[in-house]
Amino acid sequence: MSKNKVLMCGNEACGEGAMAAGCTFYAGYPITPQNELISYMAKRINETDGAFVQAESELAAISMVLGAAAAGVRAMTSSSSPGISLKQEGISYLSACELPCVIVNMQRGGPGLGNIAPSQSDYFQAVKGGGHGDYKLIVLAPMSVQELFDLTFLAFDLADKYRNPVFILGDGLLGQMMEPLVISSDMRPTHYDKPWALTGCKGRKPGIIRSLLLGDGVLEAHNRHMQDKFSLIKKTETRVQHFNTRDADIILVAYGSVARIAKAAMESARAKGLKVGFIRPITLWPFPDKAIEDASAHAGKFLVVEMSAGQMVEDVRLAVNGKAKVEFYGRMGGGVPCEEEILACVEASLKSGGAAR
Amino acid sequence: MAKVKISKAKCKGCYLCVVNCPNSLIKIEKDLNIKGVKGVYFSGGKCTGCGMCAVICPDGAIEVYRQI
Amino acid sequence: MKKTKKIKKTKKVKKTKKVKKEVAFKNVTPNPASLRTVDNHYCAGCGHGIVHRLVCEAIDEYGIRERVIAVAPVGCAVIAYEYWDFDVTEAPHGRTPAVATGIKRVRPNNIVFTYQGDGDLAAIGTAEIIHAANRGENITVIFINNGVYGMTGGQMAPTTLAGQKTSTTIFGRSLRREGYPLKILEMLAILPGVKYAERVAVNSAHEVLRAKRAISKAFKMQIDGKGFSIVEVLSMCPTYWGMTPIQAADRIKNEVATFYPLGVIKSC
Repeated sequence: MSKNKVLMCGNEACGEGAMAAGCTFYAGYPITPQNELISYMAKRINETDGAFVQAESELAAISMVLGAAAAGVRAMTSSSSPGISLKQEGISYLSACELPCVIVNMQRGGPGLGNIAPSQSDYFQAVKGGGHGDYKLIVLAPMSVQELFDLTFLAFDLADKYRNPVFILGDGLLGQMMEPLVISSDMRPTHYDKPWALTGCKGRKPGIIRSLLLGDGVLEAHNRHMQDKFSLIKKTETRVQHFNTRDADIILVAYGSVARIAKAAMESARAKGLKVGFIRPITLWPFPDKAIEDASAHAGKFLVVEMSAGQMVEDVRLAVNGKAKVEFYGRMGGGVPCEEEILACVEASLKSGGAAR
Repeated sequence: MAKVKISKAKCKGCYLCVVNCPNSLIKIEKDLNIKGVKGVYFSGGKCTGCGMCAVICPDGAIEVYRQI
Repeated sequence: MKKTKKIKKTKKVKKTKKVKKEVAFKNVTPNPASLRTVDNHYCAGCGHGIVHRLVCEAIDEYGIRERVIAVAPVGCAVIAYEYWDFDVTEAPHGRTPAVATGIKRVRPNNIVFTYQGDGDLAAIGTAEIIHAANRGENITVIFINNGVYGMTGGQMAPTTLAGQKTSTTIFGRSLRREGYPLKILEMLAILPGVKYAERVAVNSAHEVLRAKRAISKAFKMQIDGKGFSIVEVLSMCPTYWGMTPIQAADRIKNEVATFYPLGVIKSC
């Protein structure tokens, strides 16, 4: 096994992760701050037998991914917040048809056209469904260039394993920044048979991929089947990291690029002798309820930090279920919280006391 | 010499075959079929087996048999 | 007694022989193998049933049933997969050519076609059809133009003729208010990516035979790797035209085809 160390921006690392996972189809539409990814895929896929299409819109891009996924190949699209809103139509169809694919969102400030600065205000859209109907995406939240590579690689395996779209929720900060990335030569994507894929009906009954289920009770049965699948995913694929939670008086909760800052704030607080812990969900759906609930047994307070008006904080509150006090610090519209701001919040919170217990 | 076989159950009563038969050999039934419409029947006679009735039928209800 | 019995027997044998001779008929209009023999859900006199059959006849003609992947639209033909005996996927409304692009790009040896109505192709999916055509995707498009939204209850389509009454133009389509009927085939034909574009109709057996040749040619273009081919089919919607099927067929000849002229618009 050899390891190759390279310097890459997050968007490129994401594309390289897709290539390592055997992605053979990419369709996308330019939007800042994910443009390096579409350019990278245009270059890399055209070096292989795969296909790259610069689509006429986000609607078309996600529908092309639907077609490629229906034909049984590993397919991906990427965008940033306003573009992801457009893709919701196709994402709902992909989920209903149980087609595996990977969708990347390098979030930017919103609502509306917003700006091109990093943001985390698409959390609800990503983890609660986003489009119409009862469905869930597996949502992975990388916090470094290395993780953008690793989690994109993982995303393709998870998508095929569960026949479900997988979402990479990054942000403009992650997509743009450059960091060393280690690519090991022995990464092999897992192969999953796809007997459902449309390849022409030679030697088998004709296949149908659809989400229109009109028969009496058929759609409800399909929904039940999907919910069973989501329960299984929740049981087996929840991923979370925690640090110093055992003795903590207050636990910071953050994901993605903010997690890096929150972790640094925790370390500074510890250096000052403050008992601060840190939990970082890697899967935003399934959300690590259990890890947070368990931590609430010994920590009296949680401080959730996001680049939003407070979205993940709602899931933390649900997980804590009143057993601890949940506070929030957020920046919006492209504002990025800095270590000192978080530390000040922690100190103020510890001074005020007022834990739920 | 040819014959026209019409599926009573499949006919929806659009009568496009009636107007497309060059020899007007397809006629409208008096009674309703299983779909609740008056279907059509082949009245026999000088059928050339041109197949126009089957070509226009949207429901695959007509088969034309030509003598060989 | 014995004698008469014998005579009767020989007579019987002769009779059956005669009948056998009469039975020597051949079905000259067989159901295409790739079209299932189930009843379709379309209204009496609807053109979809005819075009479904023509598509299957073309597929059988080239023996490509096992290579075909069809993309069904949203509209009356949404459950076309119930009738077609080959691989079919659905698409979000109007995204049909984008889905077909995704399939064809990863499976270039399969025969990929879309089957779209005028709402799907000429309204909500205008961007997708124009760009699939402009990229010169090697796919075949069967475009059913009946000038009305059938599945949702007969609303105005982009292709609805001036003055035509629909459930959203109850006094008839006003050019001033609703704009002009869209001749999308002529628009597409100017794109260099489009290699074959023909408009046909299914209002009479004669026209159906011409439509059959056009659809067959469109598939041949794809098989030969020539590029984007499209056949627009002027089709009847007696239910939402408020007519009998025979009146609807006459309307195609007398009104619809005068605005949307039949024939080859482009072939290269």
